[in-house]
Amino acid sequence: MSKTSSKQMKKLSIDILLGGVLVFGFTALVLLIAGAPVFATLKNIWLGAFASTTKISQVLSVWVPLTLCACGLLFTFRANLWNIGIEGQVIMGAIGAMAALRIPGIENPVLITALAFFASIIGGSLWGLFAGLLKTKGGVHEIFGGLGLNFVAQGFILWLIFGPWKRPGIASMSGTELLPRELWLSTPPGWRVSIGGLVIGVSVLILTWLLLEKSMLGLKLTAIGQNPRAARLYDISPVAHYLQSIIIAGGCAGIAGFLQVTAVYHRLIPSISSGYGYLALLLVMLAGYRISLVPFLALFFAALNVGAIQLPIVLQLDSALSGVIQGCCVLSTLFIIGIRQKRKQS
Amino acid sequence: MNKSVTGLALALAAVLMLLLSPVQSKASDNDFIFGLLMVGPANDHGWSQAHFEAGKDIEKHIPGSKMIYIDKVNPADRPGVTIPFLVDDLVSKGAKLIIGNSDDMTDGIREAAMMHPDVKFIHISGDDALNPKSPENLSNLMGRMEYGQMMAGFAAAMTTKTGKIGYLGPLINDETKRLAASCFLGARYAWTKVLKKDPAALSFKVSWIGFWFNIPGVTSDPTQVAKNFFASGADVVISGIDTTEALIVADQKKKEGADVAAIPYDFQGGCETAPDACLGVPYFNWYPGYAHFVNNAKNNSWKKEWLWLGPQWSDMNNNMTSSIGFQNGKALGGDVQKQLAAFTKGLGDGSISLFTGPLNFQDKSVFLKKGETATDEQIWNLPQLLEGMEGASK
Repeated sequence: MSKTSSKQMKKLSIDILLGGVLVFGFTALVLLIAGAPVFATLKNIWLGAFASTTKISQVLSVWVPLTLCACGLLFTFRANLWNIGIEGQVIMGAIGAMAALRIPGIENPVLITALAFFASIIGGSLWGLFAGLLKTKGGVHEIFGGLGLNFVAQGFILWLIFGPWKRPGIASMSGTELLPRELWLSTPPGWRVSIGGLVIGVSVLILTWLLLEKSMLGLKLTAIGQNPRAARLYDISPVAHYLQSIIIAGGCAGIAGFLQVTAVYHRLIPSISSGYGYLALLLVMLAGYRISLVPFLALFFAALNVGAIQLPIVLQLDSALSGVIQGCCVLSTLFIIGIRQKRKQS
Repeated sequence: MNKSVTGLALALAAVLMLLLSPVQSKASDNDFIFGLLMVGPANDHGWSQAHFEAGKDIEKHIPGSKMIYIDKVNPADRPGVTIPFLVDDLVSKGAKLIIGNSDDMTDGIREAAMMHPDVKFIHISGDDALNPKSPENLSNLMGRMEYGQMMAGFAAAMTTKTGKIGYLGPLINDETKRLAASCFLGARYAWTKVLKKDPAALSFKVSWIGFWFNIPGVTSDPTQVAKNFFASGADVVISGIDTTEALIVADQKKKEGADVAAIPYDFQGGCETAPDACLGVPYFNWYPGYAHFVNNAKNNSWKKEWLWLGPQWSDMNNNMTSSIGFQNGKALGGDVQKQLAAFTKGLGDGSISLFTGPLNFQDKSVFLKKGETATDEQIWNLPQLLEGMEGASK
């Protein structure tokens, strides 16, 4: 190990330590202001997430869609695109899956589930493509285009649930009618996460790593992300790659939507995305856009989400506090990253 | 570097294990823990609070019983959290009976009941237990709020000066259709039989917001809907939703000088938010039903039941015995109070039976022929609103 790199590592460990202290300090402060006992709160979140196999499997059922969204975002961030539209892409994936599941006349559950899987990828990708086209053809910044498309997707799902896809006689927030049992992705007894979902999540993670780190695509996206004009000199078309990356991101998000429908809710509900798209944005930023950290941070966020439900049950605290803790984590990290960049510049 | 990372990871793991080790204190053998899942906030002055207070009363009156609860159980407030997930957790904390308080939880409670055959379940407002194929550990409980809503409708019609009544409805299902219809029948009775006015001069308009309470961006805004009612000439708005927006808007209008009033729903203390504008509140008292099931589960005498409990007519506001009550509000005039009492007496002794024909559905098809009285089943599964009511049936 060279002298400089060992120095860098030392700095990195100091940063991590500082980040940890900041996160804890911030969190403790928020809890104190909310009148919550700090250690009991953290302990209950931990117990709520990892105290039993059932709970761990619940955490994993959140981990999978979150990781899928984060993987998708890694592609767009690599091309320096802010794919806020990821949330809508999850929704459109879920709608695509549900549309396929409602096709009459197909008896074979494996076939129809496979169809739903591909339909969800198409749904998410198309929504990504729209945001991409708005940017490349219409000059609409992807943040605004994505946000707009999120609203459209949310409106669309509400219209479907309250309109053409409503339960017989009941139009309600509760969503569409429950899918028949044979269309639920199977989960082992005592577990709350489907094996199929886990396999998909891990596969997409590996595939993302291969594509971004070991393929020409990753290299080209990096080039475009850092300097689109220079990339053009090497015959790399930024427009084509913007679209490619956002279509891939939409596809990943679409699969997350598919799993939300077939493995978690077993129906379509208005908030089918569970906000995982937005959460994944925070997660990827927190990971410093590095894939190596994504699965661990996704686990952390998933555990926080699942464990936080203990706060109202055990301590009669509002579980929204977990959102505040998440926010603290992201802000502290961004703060540290900011300091590092400033240090580099000076 | 690798070493220090490993060290850090080990230290972290050790701390986490330490945190994990203290097992939560187990309940003693005599304790009977029951879990309550509430769709809205426990302090909503409406549906969920009525359940929460009943749970507290159970703790008070049934020795050894202990409630664990979680509120805001709906996918908008708790994204990613499902009913079976919460039931798992309550069961791991020792709950032997779980109450799910919303029709929104039908699917989740059924799934959880199948996953935990040793735990008893009560699903409020559903009718799973009527289905012979449903799990044996799942019962249903509901109050005969039809009577409470008839009284609300009666009070509204006796009070209105414009002859226009607004009904702020949640979502459209069998339950809400029969409650809105009951309200209308009460109003029509007051209008035609007591005030002797022309039935055509009574306007009863239902507006559905899409859920039991406001979810910004998803449902219609109940505050806005209530304002629209008043703006279009209604002077009494009856709320069928779980929260008190209609009453708050009425109170604002009243303070601006308008002669308006509202009737909230669900919770005995429903008028407290704005007493001056409140004609009264029909409310649920869940204690008798809860006590029945908790005692049965505790004494191992559980059986699958579908309970539709009515008021105790001799003392409607007795919290120990009456499942339905009506609390008069400050805005209810003295004369009307007397007439309402007479009306209530008539409902109780059967001399006034409002679900008796001739009654037509909204589409003018016949619901009940002359002299025919609806069965429980016909009322429970009311397919559409009644003739004379404005608003969507589907």
